[in-house]
This record gives sequence, structure tokens and C-alpha cells, in this order.
Amino acid sequence: MGDYPSRSDNATAGDLGVTSRHAQGAGAGVYPSSNDEPPVGGGGALPKKARFSVETAFRALSTAAGAMVLVIIVAIAAFLVSKAVPALQKNNGNFLTETTWFPNDAEPVFGIAALAFGTVLSSLLALLISVPIALAIALFLSHYAPKRLATPLGFVIDLLAAVPSVVFGLWGRDYFQQPVRDFSIWLNEYFGWLPIFGGEGPFGQSIMLGALVLAIMVLPIVTSLSREVFQQTPGMNEEAALALGATRWEMIRTAVLPYGKPGVIAAVMLGLGRALGETIALALTLGITFDISFNLIQNGGNSIAANIANSFAEANATGRGALIASGLVLFAITLVVNMTARAIIYRRREFRDSAA
Amino acid sequence: MAKRIEASNVSSYYGDFKAIDSVSMTVEPKTITALIGPSGCGKSTFLRSINRMHEVLPNARIEGRLTIDDQNIYDPDVDVTAVRRMIGMVFQRPNPFPTMSIYENAVAGLKLNGVKKKSILDEAAEKSLRAANIWDEVKDRLDRPGAGLSGGQQQRLCIARTIAVEPQVVLMDEPCSALDPISTLAIEDLMFKLKDRFTIIIVTHNMQQAARVSDKTGFFSIDKTGDPGRLIEYDDTQKIFSNPSQKKTEDYITGRFG
Repeated sequence: MGDYPSRSDNATAGDLGVTSRHAQGAGAGVYPSSNDEPPVGGGGALPKKARFSVETAFRALSTAAGAMVLVIIVAIAAFLVSKAVPALQKNNGNFLTETTWFPNDAEPVFGIAALAFGTVLSSLLALLISVPIALAIALFLSHYAPKRLATPLGFVIDLLAAVPSVVFGLWGRDYFQQPVRDFSIWLNEYFGWLPIFGGEGPFGQSIMLGALVLAIMVLPIVTSLSREVFQQTPGMNEEAALALGATRWEMIRTAVLPYGKPGVIAAVMLGLGRALGETIALALTLGITFDISFNLIQNGGNSIAANIANSFAEANATGRGALIASGLVLFAITLVVNMTARAIIYRRREFRDSAA
Repeated sequence: MAKRIEASNVSSYYGDFKAIDSVSMTVEPKTITALIGPSGCGKSTFLRSINRMHEVLPNARIEGRLTIDDQNIYDPDVDVTAVRRMIGMVFQRPNPFPTMSIYENAVAGLKLNGVKKKSILDEAAEKSLRAANIWDEVKDRLDRPGAGLSGGQQQRLCIARTIAVEPQVVLMDEPCSALDPISTLAIEDLMFKLKDRFTIIIVTHNMQQAARVSDKTGFFSIDKTGDPGRLIEYDDTQKIFSNPSQKKTEDYITGRFG
């Protein structure tokens, strides 16, 4: 007990020393300028907190950056709504159910139904085609291919994602259309009894062509993201499956696919996002008609984004407002898709979180 | 149920690197054999060679002969998945499948082998979880994630998963190194219980554990980094820990080396 008073005396002395050292400036105080000062790591009382520091500045900067996102989104939404509402008020048709698009007439009639339908149909079809192929490629790259092959092949896949969409569009329109037309004629001949392959023609510039081009564009995104996810499967889980007597495919089914499921869903949704928003490739490959039809092979089809690209140049004020309104609908569709994906991912959250 | 493992002149390689050199030992059925030795001496590599998990790593291969009841494990005609089903393995870190429930983890091996009938799976799940001394702790939450259990429970779940497929031999690669002393004790008790049904080979860094649980002990060592590991001495545990015939073994178990 007798020691305590003298120790607290020392502490007071140290406290003074440190405080005066900090008075010289926070930065300078890090290195002792003379031997009298206490060493950096200890000695004396705790130093005072700096009032303004890099920490404070960085915190402010990152908060501002975060807030900026919200400001930008609100600003865009406000702009879109303010442009869309006047056009919607002049609309003589029901915007949600009308299939025609005559916003530039004296008596404007326009509706989103056909466009939204075409957007969703072409995108879903594109996913239906590309996702199985993408997952197969991803599994091949992550678990089957030797490293010497997987690395360059993965690079080529990523390169495919870098091809501009207008190039895909032109390629689809000028080159890919012919084989798709031939295939469509064949489908029509033998499977014409199915409504989706029916019709009298002409064939080619169809939802099928648009969806195939979209599928090729979506493929690299889904492939490289799924591949990343599959590669992250903990090695010890793969070994656990193998040690139980699993073949390679059984190991993938037991350890890799369940583990990667949320990531794959996210990858598919990103692909769907790209497909829904794709503009110029569809503007070039679809037949541009305004009707709701499940026929995949007849000339026709349209999408919200393609319609905006095709009609914006000739649109008057009401026409532009109408196009902006259609853009809002596209935004809403994307939002719903994203929220659905999140709901799916979070459903079995506890199984995933406890794994971490 | 349990079978004899016989290794003669087994050498394992990672590419050009020779990890173990010419190991020969015979492991009798229904015994516990401990493999001890300093880090990097090849105990785990040898263990993984026994159920052909060594070759899972790229460029890994072995030379020599390994038999289970006189059948060559490395015969080119042998189905490697059958070998692994016969020789189960428990790993250093508990590795239940993170996306599966406790129940699904316990029967994962059976499902891999095509068992689909619910009644059989239910029975096997209860039997193996009971055998792994974890049934009472999990019976009310079989549908909860296996990865949500404590480390010791996870390891016992992994043991249940391994023995659910009724292997002949159970290999354990430092099964307690990530566990606290109480969980370790639980696993050791479990090993005594499993000894009646399985041949057990355990790699451990814990010499007290080797002395406590094993019937026979093999001491592996390396001369210096980069050299292959060798089996220095293999004998009754009693003898290894009281009167080893090799100087190196004595140095290691008395703590003068490694």
C-alpha cells in the first residue's frame, strides 16, 4: 500500500510531460525531440485525442461519398418523374395495358405493355439459354480443366465481356441472322404446332435472334462470376466429400454447388440486369413491332431500351416524356428482379453465415 | 468390420519433392495407432496416402505398396471412391458441410452412396450420431446448420459423418488440434469406444494424447528441412514412451528436440 502514493506522483509528472509534448503538434510529437521526453510506446499518462486529424477528414470524406449516392439517385428519380408525368397526363390510352406507341401524335396514345413484355421475354429466354452453358463452363474452368488451360480460357471469356454491345448487334443483324432464320424455318416446319414456333413468317429478325445475341452477351458475366464463386469453395469441404467416397461430380454436387448457390444467383441476376437494360444489340436484331406474342421465331419483338434508342430521335416533348416513363418502368422491373434475388439469397442466411 | 493395413516401402511425392521415404508398418485391426513427430515430417502425408487422398493434390503420387487385408489399395483396377469409403478420414479442422443441417451432414456419405430411403437414413443418422457421442446434444435440433455447433461438436459431427458409411478404417489427422481440452477429452473417449469397431490411425502433435489413446505409436522425423520424412521407430506405445530403442525417439518424447 505504501507504494501507491509515490507511483501516482510519478504518473502526474508523466501526464504533464506528455501534454506539453502534444502542445507542439500532433505530428511532431511522434519522435522524441530530446532525451527528456518519454518514449513513444508508454511512460506517463495517456495522450489527448487530436481534435482534427486525418481520421476525421477521411470519415467526413467517406460519409460525403456515401451520401452522394443517395443524392444522385433521388435527383435522377426526380428528373425522370418530372419529365414523365406531363406526358402521362396527355396519354389517351392506359399506360400499363396499351400496346401501341404513338406518343408524338396530336392525340397521344401509348402504353408499356408490349415493350415490357418483349423486354422480359427476350431477357428470360437469353438466361434460359446462357445460364446452363455458363455454369458448365465455370465448373470446367474451376474444377476440371488443368490450370494451364483454365487461365487462358478464363481470359478469353473475360474478353468476350469486353466486346461492345453495338458490335454484337451488328454481328447479329448482318451475320447471325441467316443461320437463325434457317433454324427458325426448320423449327416452324417440324414444331410449328407449338405456338412459340408457329406463324407464317417471315422469320429471322425475331425474339429468338435477339435472345441468342443477348445470351452470348450475358454468358461471360455469369461464367466469370460463377467461376470465382466455385473457386472459393473451401478446400476442406471438397476434401471432406472426396474422403467420403465421392466422385468428382458428386463432390461438386455435395460441396461446390450448394456453397456457391447464393453467388450463382447473384451472377444470374447481374446477367439478367444486363439483358434487361441491353439497348443497341436488341434495337439492331429485333423486328420492332408493338404486340404481345409468345411467337419466338417470326419477325417481331421489341424491348423498352431498344424502343428508346429507336424512337428518341424523332420524338417531340410528349414523346420524350413517354420514353422516359418507359425508362422508369424498366427501372422498376430491374428493382423487382434485384429484390427477388436478394430475398432468395437471404432465405438460407443462417446456413451461409455460420459457415464463415 | 475392421481390417489390417499394411504399408511396405511407401514413398510419397509432391511433384519432385519426396515427402516421405520408404515407410513400412503394419496396423492391426481394432487397434489405435498414433503417428507422432515434428511438423513437416510427413505423418499427415503418410496418413493421406492410406486412403488415396494424397493424390487429390496436383502432381502428388506415391511409390511402394499399401494393402488393406491383402488387397492393394493402389491397384490400377481399384475404384478410388471405394477405397475412400472403406477408409474414412477425419480432418484437422472440423469441416461439416456449411450448407447442410446436422442431419444432412450425418447422412451425407450415405446419400453419396445412393441411399435414398428416409427410414434407413434416419436410422443411420441416429446410430452414427450416438456412436460419435453427440446425439444427446443435437437430437432436438437436427435441422439446424452443422456449422453452427461448437468446434468440438463439429468435430464429433464429422466423426459421425465418417463412420455413418461404415468404413473399415478411420484415419484422423490431428483431430483435436483445433479443440479445447474438454472437447479433446470427449474425442479421446470416443476413440476408445470406436476401437471396438474400427481400425484407427491418428496423427497427433500431442504426445500425452498419443500415450493415452494408442496401442502402437510410430515416430516420424526428418533430418533437416527438404529431406523426406522417415519412420524412425514403430512399436508398442508403452515401449515408445518408456524405453524407446532409438535415440531420436527418446530426444523427441523427452522434449529435447522438435
